Amino acid sequence: MSQVELVLFLESAVRLGIPLALAAMGETITERSGVINIGLEGSIIAGALGGALGALAFDGAGLGVMAGAMAGLVVALVFAVFAIGLGADQIITGTAVTIGGLGMTGAVYQARFGVTGAELSLPTLAPLAIPGLSEIPIIGSALFAQAPTAYVAYLMAPVAWYVLFHTPWGLELRATGEAPSAAEAAGVRVRTVRFAATLFGGAMAGIAGAHLALAHAGTFAENMSAGKGFIAIAVVVLGRWNPILVLFAALFFGAASALQFFLQALGFDLAYQIFLAFPYVLTLAALAGWVGRSRAPAALALPWEPHR
Amino acid sequence: MLRGSIGSWNTFVSITLVRSVPLLFAGLAVALAFRAGVWNIGAEGQLYAGAVAGVWVALTFSGLPRPILIPAVLGVSCVAGAAWALVPTLMRLRLGIGEVITTILMNFVGIYMAAWMVHGPLQEERGVFPQTDRIVEAARLPTLIPGTRLHIGFALGLAVAVALAFMMRRTRFGFHIRAVGAAPEAAAVAGRIDPARVIFIAFLTSGAIAGLAGAVEVSGLTYALYENLSEGWGYTAIAVALLAGLRPGGVVVTAIFFGALRAGAGAMQRDAGIPAAWVDVVEALVILAVLGLERVRAARVGSDPGEGER
Repeated sequence: MSQVELVLFLESAVRLGIPLALAAMGETITERSGVINIGLEGSIIAGALGGALGALAFDGAGLGVMAGAMAGLVVALVFAVFAIGLGADQIITGTAVTIGGLGMTGAVYQARFGVTGAELSLPTLAPLAIPGLSEIPIIGSALFAQAPTAYVAYLMAPVAWYVLFHTPWGLELRATGEAPSAAEAAGVRVRTVRFAATLFGGAMAGIAGAHLALAHAGTFAENMSAGKGFIAIAVVVLGRWNPILVLFAALFFGAASALQFFLQALGFDLAYQIFLAFPYVLTLAALAGWVGRSRAPAALALPWEPHR
Repeated sequence: MLRGSIGSWNTFVSITLVRSVPLLFAGLAVALAFRAGVWNIGAEGQLYAGAVAGVWVALTFSGLPRPILIPAVLGVSCVAGAAWALVPTLMRLRLGIGEVITTILMNFVGIYMAAWMVHGPLQEERGVFPQTDRIVEAARLPTLIPGTRLHIGFALGLAVAVALAFMMRRTRFGFHIRAVGAAPEAAAVAGRIDPARVIFIAFLTSGAIAGLAGAVEVSGLTYALYENLSEGWGYTAIAVALLAGLRPGGVVVTAIFFGALRAGAGAMQRDAGIPAAWVDVVEALVILAVLGLERVRAARVGSDPGEGER
């Protein structure tokens, strides 16, 4: 690989890793509160469509990202009402929210742009080069000449880490996920904390979706989230529920996905579909090889009701 | 919408019932797994594994007589479906990794594996379209009701439903499944049941039934494997199973209900231009409604699941 190719590879690795990082970062906070949101995929696809429609309506990609975050948050709200409010099973509720999110966005898109989906071109989120940092050889342009959403991920990792492990808020959040009844006895409003953490996760997933549509594809396509929500949930496990490790895990996956295009470009004669399956196989392998050493929040996925 | 699903006896049989067949198998697969406390969200991938294996047998051993070929196609598809479920099963039992994410990831692998097959090793002789050659007459399932497109696969699905219902209610293993699904630790302590063994068998059987869904669809209806054979049946199956209260007999009814919904949605898209994707939204709402009603009923009875006791 020449230096030019290496730079291109790193650039696409980061570009592909960013949506995973954004979604996984939000899900980390959600899971730390004891809620596993399998409906993340629904939030991402809603964020993609919301981002696309928002960017068209306001004629600007920045406001599109805000609209995407809102759309992701609304989808997470549906999940939260059933899974936290009513105490319904989180896995089934999340699956329903994903099915509904994919269906709803497909239907809205077809209703708005026709069944064939007439070529939709969006105001895109242009890369923003950070002076100085982006001139570092090899890694500079890969890390610091990305769409602004990438910097949200970079900043969010240390901030989320600090809040989670070094503030009273973070303590309440983790207590809620480890021992909700004990947290309740100590005066924590468990359901409120879980609602907030879930909505935050939905908004982050929405930003991830908006990034896909506005920074990545420049258009919306049905099912364009392509399972990224589920991979993001696996990334949370690989990053051991720690926002900083989660960022690195997401970038590692971005690199794996970028590798498929590079092997193809370098002339490895493997079928296109096998390259497409690669990230999912890799996720499975990584889970199998790595996960034994990490531990999920104790109350993850368990419904909880306040004691009266 | 009604016209396209239950408008006449012939549309009901040829469209609605035919559409309900894969949902019937996949719904039974999901119901069995959920009963055992196994979150098999992977029926979609298992279905593709079964379809690929079944069509491979039908194409490779096309010289065999029908009484051998059809059971071979269906049998191998069961093995393939179970094999697809084996990865998440072992990851859960050996490594303690929840099966929700792993089964979903295996779905994507299965879909791309099938896509690769119809573009590569199993592509038709002419090499034009991404599909396999049509399977021989001897590998096709016979028609169930003459003059309609309804094939024997529907009857086979009913037979599987009856067998599962019997197994659940009348056999020791069925009791073990219900016990492990309700409370694995209690089952192990009080009933001397080995939860790992029960989960292993239930998970693989669930995969086998889902695999059957794929092969039955190919050898009963399409006679060839296409890319995107399934319109998300493995996910619809979750709605089918939940609405049926995870009871095999109920799955028969709800599979036909969702078959009608899909048939009607297809007709609405053709006639009125209403996107068929709305069916997915309806499915999601059905699942949420079932969950919501369950919780409301539970609250009324006053059974509080409490923390950590589920």
